[in-house]
Amino acid sequence: MASLLGRFCRKLVVPGSAHGSRMISTTACDSEAVKSLNLYSAINQALHIALETDPRSYVFGEDVGFGGVFRCTTGLAERFGKNRVFNTPLCEQGIVGFGIGLAAMGNRAVVEIQFADYIYPAFDQIVNEAAKFRYRSGNQFNCGGLTIRAPYGAVGHGGHYHSQSPEAFFCHVPGIKVVIPRSPREAKGLLLSSIRDPNPVVFFEPKWLYRQAVEEVPEHDYMIPLSQAEVIREGNDITLVGWGAQLTVMEQACLDAEKEGISCELIDLKTLLPWDKETVEASVKKTGRLLISHEAPVTGGFGAEISATILERCFLKLEAPVSRVCGLDTPFPLVFEPFYMPTKNKASSSSSLSSPLKKKHYLIMGLHVWCRYWMQSSPLLITSHSICFFR
Amino acid sequence: MALSRLSSRSNIISRPLSAAFRRSISTDTTPITIETSLPFTAHLCDPPSRSVESSTQELLSFFRTMALMRRMEIAADSLYKAKLIRGFCHLYDGQEAVAIGMEAAITKKDAIITAYRDHCIFLGRGGSLYEVFAELMGRQDGCSRGKGGSMHFYKKDSSFYGGHGIVGAQVPLGCGIAFAQKYSKEEAVTFAMYGDGAANQGQLFEALNISALWDLPSILVCENNHYGMGTAEWRAAKSPSYYKRGDYVPGLKVDGMDAFAVKQACKFAKEHALKNGPIILEMDTYRYHGHSMSDPGSTYRTRDEISGVRQERDPIERIKKLVLSHDLATEKELKDMEKEIRKEVDDAIAKAKDCPMPEPSELFTNVYVKGFGTESFGADRKEVKAALP
Repeated sequence: MASLLGRFCRKLVVPGSAHGSRMISTTACDSEAVKSLNLYSAINQALHIALETDPRSYVFGEDVGFGGVFRCTTGLAERFGKNRVFNTPLCEQGIVGFGIGLAAMGNRAVVEIQFADYIYPAFDQIVNEAAKFRYRSGNQFNCGGLTIRAPYGAVGHGGHYHSQSPEAFFCHVPGIKVVIPRSPREAKGLLLSSIRDPNPVVFFEPKWLYRQAVEEVPEHDYMIPLSQAEVIREGNDITLVGWGAQLTVMEQACLDAEKEGISCELIDLKTLLPWDKETVEASVKKTGRLLISHEAPVTGGFGAEISATILERCFLKLEAPVSRVCGLDTPFPLVFEPFYMPTKNKASSSSSLSSPLKKKHYLIMGLHVWCRYWMQSSPLLITSHSICFFR
Repeated sequence: MALSRLSSRSNIISRPLSAAFRRSISTDTTPITIETSLPFTAHLCDPPSRSVESSTQELLSFFRTMALMRRMEIAADSLYKAKLIRGFCHLYDGQEAVAIGMEAAITKKDAIITAYRDHCIFLGRGGSLYEVFAELMGRQDGCSRGKGGSMHFYKKDSSFYGGHGIVGAQVPLGCGIAFAQKYSKEEAVTFAMYGDGAANQGQLFEALNISALWDLPSILVCENNHYGMGTAEWRAAKSPSYYKRGDYVPGLKVDGMDAFAVKQACKFAKEHALKNGPIILEMDTYRYHGHSMSDPGSTYRTRDEISGVRQERDPIERIKKLVLSHDLATEKELKDMEKEIRKEVDDAIAKAKDCPMPEPSELFTNVYVKGFGTESFGADRKEVKAALP
């Protein structure tokens, strides 16, 4: 079992109900039918199932009628009719506002924003209307049926307005959920969960993986629980946290690090808001080191939130500062994209810098003892400066 | 021989062909009056006259610049397919008359701001071919130093406030520029251009309301090429009469494939805006290519439609007919001109190909006035290290 878990296990089936143990990923039972699909086909299947199972669900957005610019909505208009799957004019604010209204009447509105870079006109509607509706009406009204889907992330040639990762802006808004899948199988399950979740959800799809990622996806209706992170690779030396397409990059970094003898634990956060603090905390308590990686710029990115929370919870167990390998603090560049992106080399370099060297191990043990002793008397004496010194 | 050139004040388009005396093409400024092909349709204002004052020099320069623009766009198409241009490339061929007509009516102090289909407008504003191709290929001599790309051409000295990626967002910016012009008493106007897809954005109406409230010299130009990406205008807009969308703001509908109609409309609009505030111009135009290079352009419209427009309404053909009928050049001379243009474009491309890419440290410059103080560590094989202020 342990050897199976050590590998990045793609064959996963997570049953609809929470099964309690979060740290261990289960292996698949291949009895149900699976099909090899890429990301946009998996999302297409999820949308077909969602519209089929709930007669009061609607899919709309710019150009979704013919299948959408990424083909995620192919076949929906033909199957369910133009009254349930329809195009909207070019007005993101109007589209999301319209979706909130529809959801407030008890329907499921699956809104597509053509690129996450265009979601900003709708930002007011999402933050001020969708997120606060249930709260300010004292639970009389809610727009839980709203799901906003947007392709996000770099593709290699997207430039300023086709490559942005705006997840951090939305993670700052209590009242909505932010979900990001990493692969086709995850995407189908997470999208179905998001659509059926009784809260408004912003669902970002890594556009780079639309065609690139191919996986065995079960054909039946299944949901993956939200707010549960998954450990996709077990390790002992350092914990790596990421989401979406960045996990592919981090997996490569893990493989490289293994050659140097560093055993990495890789966690897919899946839901960014509310995020699964317990899983990450348990992992960091085991390894003592954390590296977070995302494409969005490092300052104010979601990695900062993870870093601060883990620091609060696992301060005494940390053996090195939390490392963030992220996009740079510039607008997403056009020709400079290879320099901007947090590549596997940047991640590998960062992880080897913060990984333990065996000969210093006893010093680190000493630090633990020292900290516990001082904690009883005055925790404020433990400064980060002194910990770095011992590193 | 002299008579055949000088006595051209009549409205009759076709003239008897006379002897083949040719004077130098570039210096003749004999006035010509040309009738626009279609009348203007107006909303809340009196339409301008259909007779446009022009000159032989202007007519020939129209032809030359439009042919240059067309050639440039076709060359950009081949460069994109050769993967020298990456990212996005939105081509303007078919719509050249709008860029040219507008330029002829205004000065470099008047500002133009547009969306991403900006290559030809940049050229019209005085940009050079070399800057265009260098920017398209992401080289450092491009107009935006290689950091913008196809969608973000700017030219400060000609008041060209550029290409914008988010549609509709440039219109409130344009109205802000108009406010600044009015405030500084510059007697200049701003042309804020957008497409029929963007015409449904809420920001436009906000900008219109503000412009009308404060009498700003802003002219909103809707380049209606009838398709917003792949969506036909009747499927996106309840009212496809975009010139009427201003409601309380006057509007004018113009045949956007006729450069002289565009010129007349822009001249009229400029006078109107300086006195009375905003006005909307709807340019009825067409693009031959798809929305961008990744769009074949034939899934949402028939090839017959495209070739029909090309045959009947092509702006360059129209100017060519005018040139020939006014006897300003022979077919052969025009062909030679086109060959010259082709060579010019090829030279510019060759020169741009030799230009280097921007320095890696340029990634961090101009984020704020002086970068952001971030550091990049050279873990990647590319060894990027930047010491920043």
